[in-house]
Amino acid sequence: MQKHWFLSLSAFICGLLFGLGLLMAGMANPAKVLGFLDIAGLWDPSLALVMLGAIAVTFVAFGFSKKMPQSLLNTKFHWPDATAITRPLLAGSALFGLGWGLVGLCPGPALVLAGTGSVEGLIFIVFMLIGIRLVDYFQTRLSP
Amino acid sequence: MVDWTHFTPESALLGGLMIGLACALLWLLNGRIAGISGITAGTFTNSGPERQWRLAFVLGLVLSSWLWLMLAPLPVAEVTGNYGLLAAAGLLVGIGARLGSGCTSGHGVCGLARLSMRSLVATLTFMGVAVVTVFIVRHLL
Repeated sequence: MQKHWFLSLSAFICGLLFGLGLLMAGMANPAKVLGFLDIAGLWDPSLALVMLGAIAVTFVAFGFSKKMPQSLLNTKFHWPDATAITRPLLAGSALFGLGWGLVGLCPGPALVLAGTGSVEGLIFIVFMLIGIRLVDYFQTRLSP
Repeated sequence: MVDWTHFTPESALLGGLMIGLACALLWLLNGRIAGISGITAGTFTNSGPERQWRLAFVLGLVLSSWLWLMLAPLPVAEVTGNYGLLAAAGLLVGIGARLGSGCTSGHGVCGLARLSMRSLVATLTFMGVAVVTVFIVRHLL
């Protein structure tokens, strides 16, 4: 079997595991996410523990990989190289926060929710994809 | 005030560890950051094997509830908001995540885990705006 099939199989399993984690954590339930974001009302701190657990495990993996010449499936480690705090980063993150706060859905949980056949999840995903494509369209047109 | 009746520390921590394991495996096996908005966007802009693994990851996310259903009933998902609001929020999340080069997974989990200042700024920005948005919607409107 060719290498890229192994890469796709492992990506598929990672996607499954990520989705199961979101379901286990309660993050696929927008009401719970809003309960975390509503610090002035009755505050549900669960999401902080989700982030803490996820960051801790990922932190260990990043540290481990620094001693490895390449990944276990023989690819290079694609370290993100951008470090600048730019206006698109700030504006984009602000718009993202606004959309997230309006209904309590971000991309991962929305994909999981859409997979359950939820009409709400599907509508959100369709418009999220439109948004993603709009930005890519304008960025390729505006940059040389 | 803490909402003790809805606080679920065990499942939150376990779910977080599973998400972390997924991010760790995608990094250690594929050498890729598990940024969901970036991977989703990349299914449009790449071709061949570079497109294939991204589609596989997204498919895994979409099908995860099916695997869950084989073991247990799905947890409740309560969505508030009409279709117009969902469409607007989806559009904002798509534009925002792409323009801001990441979302809750790419910046909030992977970025913070590699101690990226850029991701910390992005995460504080979207968390802050989301908190303010919820405050306005729930307590001022």
